[in-house]
Amino acid sequence: MRNKLNLFILIIFLSFCFAIFYKGLNNSNTYTPKITDKKNVPIFKAKDIDLNIFIDSEKIFEENIFYIVNIWASWCIPCKKEHPLLMELSKNNSVKLIGLNYRDNINNAQKFISEFGNPYSRTLIDYDGTIAVEFGAYGVPETFLIDKNKKIIEKFIGPINQQIIEDIKSIIK
Amino acid sequence: MKILKIFLIILLSMSFEPLKSEENNNNLKNKILKNTRCLICQGQSVYDSESDFASSIKLFVDKKINEGSSEEQIYEFLREKYGDWIIYDPKLNKNTYILWLLPLLLFFLGGAMIFKKLSNQK
Amino acid sequence: MLANQIGYYSLILGLLLSFLLCASSIKDFNNSNKIINQNIFILSFLQLTFVVVSFLSLILSFVNSDFSNETVFNNSHTTKPLFYKISGTWGNHEGSLLLWLLVLTLFIFLFLVKSREQPKKYRILTLLFQQLIIIGFFLFVLITSNPFNYLFPIPAEGLGLNPILQDPALAIHPPLLYLGYVGSSIIFSASLAAVTQNYISKKWAQHIKKWVLVSWIFLSIGIMLGSIWAYYELGWGGFWFWDPVENVSLMPWLTLTALFHCIIVLERKEVLTSWVVILSITTFILSMCGTFLVRSGILNSVHTFANDPTRGIFILIFLFVLIFLSLIVFFLFHKESNKKSNNFFWLSRETSILFNNWFMMYFLSVVLIGTVYPIFLDVLSAEKISVGPPFYHKLIAPFLAPFLLFMALGPKLKWIKSRIENKGLLIIFFITSVALTFVILKNLTTNLLFYTILISAAFFLFFTTLKELFDQKSRNISQTTAHFGFSLLILSILFNGILSSEVITNIKVGEKYYYNNGEIFFEKIEEKKESNYNSIVGYFKITNKNGKNIQLKPELRIYNQPITITSEADIKTTLLEDNFLAMNLVKGNEYFNIRYQVKPFMIWIWISVLLLSFAGLISLFKEKYEK
Repeated sequence: MRNKLNLFILIIFLSFCFAIFYKGLNNSNTYTPKITDKKNVPIFKAKDIDLNIFIDSEKIFEENIFYIVNIWASWCIPCKKEHPLLMELSKNNSVKLIGLNYRDNINNAQKFISEFGNPYSRTLIDYDGTIAVEFGAYGVPETFLIDKNKKIIEKFIGPINQQIIEDIKSIIK
Repeated sequence: MKILKIFLIILLSMSFEPLKSEENNNNLKNKILKNTRCLICQGQSVYDSESDFASSIKLFVDKKINEGSSEEQIYEFLREKYGDWIIYDPKLNKNTYILWLLPLLLFFLGGAMIFKKLSNQK
Repeated sequence: MLANQIGYYSLILGLLLSFLLCASSIKDFNNSNKIINQNIFILSFLQLTFVVVSFLSLILSFVNSDFSNETVFNNSHTTKPLFYKISGTWGNHEGSLLLWLLVLTLFIFLFLVKSREQPKKYRILTLLFQQLIIIGFFLFVLITSNPFNYLFPIPAEGLGLNPILQDPALAIHPPLLYLGYVGSSIIFSASLAAVTQNYISKKWAQHIKKWVLVSWIFLSIGIMLGSIWAYYELGWGGFWFWDPVENVSLMPWLTLTALFHCIIVLERKEVLTSWVVILSITTFILSMCGTFLVRSGILNSVHTFANDPTRGIFILIFLFVLIFLSLIVFFLFHKESNKKSNNFFWLSRETSILFNNWFMMYFLSVVLIGTVYPIFLDVLSAEKISVGPPFYHKLIAPFLAPFLLFMALGPKLKWIKSRIENKGLLIIFFITSVALTFVILKNLTTNLLFYTILISAAFFLFFTTLKELFDQKSRNISQTTAHFGFSLLILSILFNGILSSEVITNIKVGEKYYYNNGEIFFEKIEEKKESNYNSIVGYFKITNKNGKNIQLKPELRIYNQPITITSEADIKTTLLEDNFLAMNLVKGNEYFNIRYQVKPFMIWIWISVLLLSFAGLISLFKEKYEK
């Protein structure tokens, strides 16, 4: 009798394990973190590429408007791909784009901008990648949408596409 | 036999010159980096990786240590930015009670079973 | 191309032979003959031959760089050296499955040949259970992972093999590991067969012990080779990362060790019969489980093969079919031995073996739970956590000390009941161990209490087994050697961990870097060209405070296909310590980042595992000799 009970419990437990593994297979195993709770914009200081002085994050995000922080680099190929979309987005009046130049050579960065256009109302230099870490970024390209309460409400890993542009546009309307 | 023992004791007591690593800060930094997952690599720690992400994290941890943050604070900071996944040492919280306690529970269960078996003598 | 055809059809024939074998076995089972029909041997041998032919065909395709074969295209390149073209055969998912089939069919054939004194029905049932596993793998290969897929048009060049896999240790690591890992299948099949025949007895234990030893020896060596490769190629001087793939190979090793100890008991007394069967089943189930975890893509690891969820589903279902099958067989057929000789006295060797199993099962649960818990958590609550080295160290280390003490005292106990002889000597050893440890560690580490306890226990085991080895009337060389080897392993790992040190710095050619104990001089750079890579070799001269000079030449290799840059450390190994130097480019300037490590006693870690395997070998040949 006790044996039968043990067997029964074992079968239930094993079926449970099977279900978990089965479900686990279908989940992706690369971690794409969702923004579950909206985080505040981090506090940092960064050098403006044009003004050549350090600026506080508070001043960077001072206006009562949506901000997009776009992490990019001249050596990053997907960044070239998403650049035209950023140019298009920069024409929108409800949002300002802040570029974060990641682990790059300043001359190359400036060449990139002059060749492909400047969608950014301000470009900051993150020459060792530590500011990107403050944002919780993995690398380039990565884009963050910040609302008027200075909270990060969306995070896009990888180059943005048309669909993402539409999503952003509908949020910032 | 005694000679062997003495010989062994002498051999092992010879002082070794370990490379005295740079001050404790470096030890702390390496300890943290070994405990941090490189998120764009497949199963490597930041310490083991030479990727861009890893270098950024290394510099970041360096900065935080120089600012005087404690080990726990740095882990907390990284967890807050990247999620629990980035730290290899699973914190003991509501998600991980079973993780930490189940093996111990099984150990005591095993012990109980053995004890019962041994006590059931004629 | 012809090789492709031959390889593919050999597999089909092999599968057909499985069905034939099953049919013949069932017929022969009901036959009243005392011996197995000769045909069955022939069929089994044929099956093995077909798998060998298939395997050789794949090797031939690799050697010829036959890119009409999809597997070869994905994993090879014309400029690869011949040795790695061959080893590339099993360095990928499809090829390694052929290796699985090879070991499965080889072991069942050997089993049939070497078990002639065993009961006929038991042998036939073992064959049947093993064929079930073989059929499962044939289907898996043919349906989801065919190594002989055609590519048309035929590409001119292949995609190449990942450079970090082009290493001698990694080339022989899979075959040796699989002999152990897959070899446990025969223990699984034999146990299930024995259960149905109510044959779990002393005689069976003596017979199955050989197979347990063979599997265990290969598994130990296989794991060691994997660690050696990791030490030379991956990471910075680390050799074990508690990575899921590593854990997955460690778990069957733990159960096999526990099983072996129980078999020793079973050889003398018919006790622990259910537990032996459970361990036998669990070992292979863990191997299958490991295959699932590693090949399905469910876990994230440096070692995982290219993954594919459909393959994952197949293995998952196959795995659970085997689990449920063994459960049913066990519950239907197993009879508890109700002899009164089941008593265990507290102070006896049987009890100390029970304790061994107790601790082994605990270690197993730590590794198993640590490896699969993140999956459970992710599915149930969408939270992702990492379980890494700190978890395993914290849970395992405290239990190692008592474990080592039991290892030292257990073998001194007699069977059934005993008192401890030579109490005086043991106490001397104990005090010596603690004192010695304290003296050594006093200036070396901050965690004094923790390390003192652990290392004293290891020393205690070390001294007790060492004395036993020198004892003229030593009863059991293999057991003493094994326990001695284990103490050496723990001591090497601990001292290596405590005494290792490293220097990291950026340096450019011609510079000297001064650190506490000496200086590193970056002499020059040379360029080297090999068949499939170009490399930059850095010449470093390291002089330590005592004036000792070492020259180390780490490399940066640029492989041509796939284009990858790897850092090859240069390691000078001596009995006393390893000197390890690796270099990397610093982006954008002429500086190189170097890591220099001094790692005492590194080689003793490998020596101790070899010693353990050697002890197993002694036990194996003792059996043969005594027959």
